[in-house]
Amino acid sequence: MDIILQSLPRLLDGALVTLQITSLSVIIGFVLAIPLAVMRVSRLRILWMPVYAFTFYFRGTPLLVQIFLIYYGSGQFQGFLDSVGLWHLFQSAWFCAVLSLTLNTAAYSTEIFRGGIQGVPHGEVEAARACGMSGLLLYRRIIIPKALRISWPAYTNEVIFLLQASSLVSIITVMDITGVAREIAARSFAFYELFLTAAVLYLILVYGLLWIFRRIESRINAHLRAGVR
Amino acid sequence: MPFLELHGYGWFILQGAKLTIYVGLCAMVLAFALGLVGVLCKFSGSSVIRFLVDCYTTVIRGIPELVLILLVYYGTPTLIQDVSALFGHHIYISLDPFVAGVVTIGFIYGAFSTEVFRGAYLAVPRGQIEAAQACGMSSMLTFRRIILPQMMRFALPGLGNVWMVLIKATALISVIQLPELMRNADIAARATREPFTFFFVASLIYLGITIVSIIIQQWAEKRASRGIIKQ
Repeated sequence: MDIILQSLPRLLDGALVTLQITSLSVIIGFVLAIPLAVMRVSRLRILWMPVYAFTFYFRGTPLLVQIFLIYYGSGQFQGFLDSVGLWHLFQSAWFCAVLSLTLNTAAYSTEIFRGGIQGVPHGEVEAARACGMSGLLLYRRIIIPKALRISWPAYTNEVIFLLQASSLVSIITVMDITGVAREIAARSFAFYELFLTAAVLYLILVYGLLWIFRRIESRINAHLRAGVR
Repeated sequence: MPFLELHGYGWFILQGAKLTIYVGLCAMVLAFALGLVGVLCKFSGSSVIRFLVDCYTTVIRGIPELVLILLVYYGTPTLIQDVSALFGHHIYISLDPFVAGVVTIGFIYGAFSTEVFRGAYLAVPRGQIEAAQACGMSSMLTFRRIILPQMMRFALPGLGNVWMVLIKATALISVIQLPELMRNADIAARATREPFTFFFVASLIYLGITIVSIIIQQWAEKRASRGIIKQ
C-alpha cells in the first residue's frame, strides 16, 4: 500500500503524458481524417485509391508494428532524414509516439467518417443543391455536420481505443502511466500493486472521457431531442 | 528485391507467424467460450450474476491490453507469492508467456464477444423463444436448439471483427518475450541492424492474415445466410 501512495505523484505525471499524447493525436488525427474521408468517397480513382491504401494498411497491421517502424525503422534512413533535417525529430520517442498514434487514428477515423458521409440522407444533399450550394459550401454546411452527428458514437469508441492504445508508447520508453508503472515495478518488484493502480487510473480516464463525449453527443443532437419546444 | 533481403531470417520470421496464428486461435476459442458464458449470465434471472458479468465487460473494456498482460504475467505470480508468504509458505512461481498471453487476450476479447453475442441474442425474434417454451422446452434446451443456431448468424460479422482486432493484439505478447511474429522480427532487426526491413515484413504478414480473414469471413457470412431471403 505504501508503494502505491509513494508512486502516485509520478503515476499522475504519467497520466498527464498519456492525456497529452492522446489528445494531440486525436486532434491532429481528426483534422487529417475529415479531408481524407471526403477524398475516400470521391469517385475519382486518383483521390480514393491512395486514401484506401493508407487506411487499409494502418487498420490491417498492429499499432505496435507501426510504432516500431517509425521509431526503430527510421534509423535505417538516417542519412536521408539527416539530409532533409528531420533526423532529430525521429530520435525523440515522444515525437514518434505521437506520429504513429496520429496516423493510426487518422486511418480509423477516416473510415468512420466515410460511413457518416455515406449515411447523410440524399434528400438533404438535393435540397442543398436546389438552394444553390455546391462543392465546399455543400460539404461545410450540410454534409460534414450531419456526417459528424451520425458517426459520433463510433468516433467516441475510436478515441477510447486510442487512449488505451497509447499505453504502447511505454514500450519505446515514453513515461506515460504504463511507462511509469513498469519502471517503478521493475525496481521495487511491486508488480501487481503498480499495474493495478495503473489499471484504475486508465479506468478513470476512459470513463471520464466517455462521459465528456456523451455530453458532446447530446449537445450536437440537442435539436433532435423529443419534447423540445 | 534488395530492400527485402532477409539475411536468412525468413524461416525464423515465418516460425513466429505460425506461433502468432496459433496464439490467436487459442485466444479466440477462449474468447468465444467466455462470450457464450457471458451472454447466458447477461440474461440470467439472478441479478447478482448479471451485476458480475456487467462488471467484467465494463472493467475489461476500460483497461489497456498491455497493462492487463503485464498484470497477469508479472503481477499474479508475485501476488500468489505474497499471499502464500502471509501463511508462512515460501514458494516461487513463474508463468509461461504462452499461457499468460492466451489467457489474457482470451479474457479481454471474451468481454467483447459477450457484447457481440448480446446483440445477436436480442436479434432473435421473441416469438420463437415463446413458441419453444410453449412446446415445453426448458430454457437450456431453448437456448441450444432455437437461440444458439440463429444467434450465430447474427453474431458472425461481430465475431469476425473481434478476431481481426484480437490477432493484432497478439503482437503485444512479444513484450513478455513469447517468440511470436513481432518478437522474432525484433530479434532479427537487432541482429541485422535493419529494423525497417524486418518490421515492414512483419506488418505485411499481419496484413496478409487480415486479408485472408476478411475472405473467410465473407464466405462464412454468405454460407450462414443460405436460405435467408434478402430483402
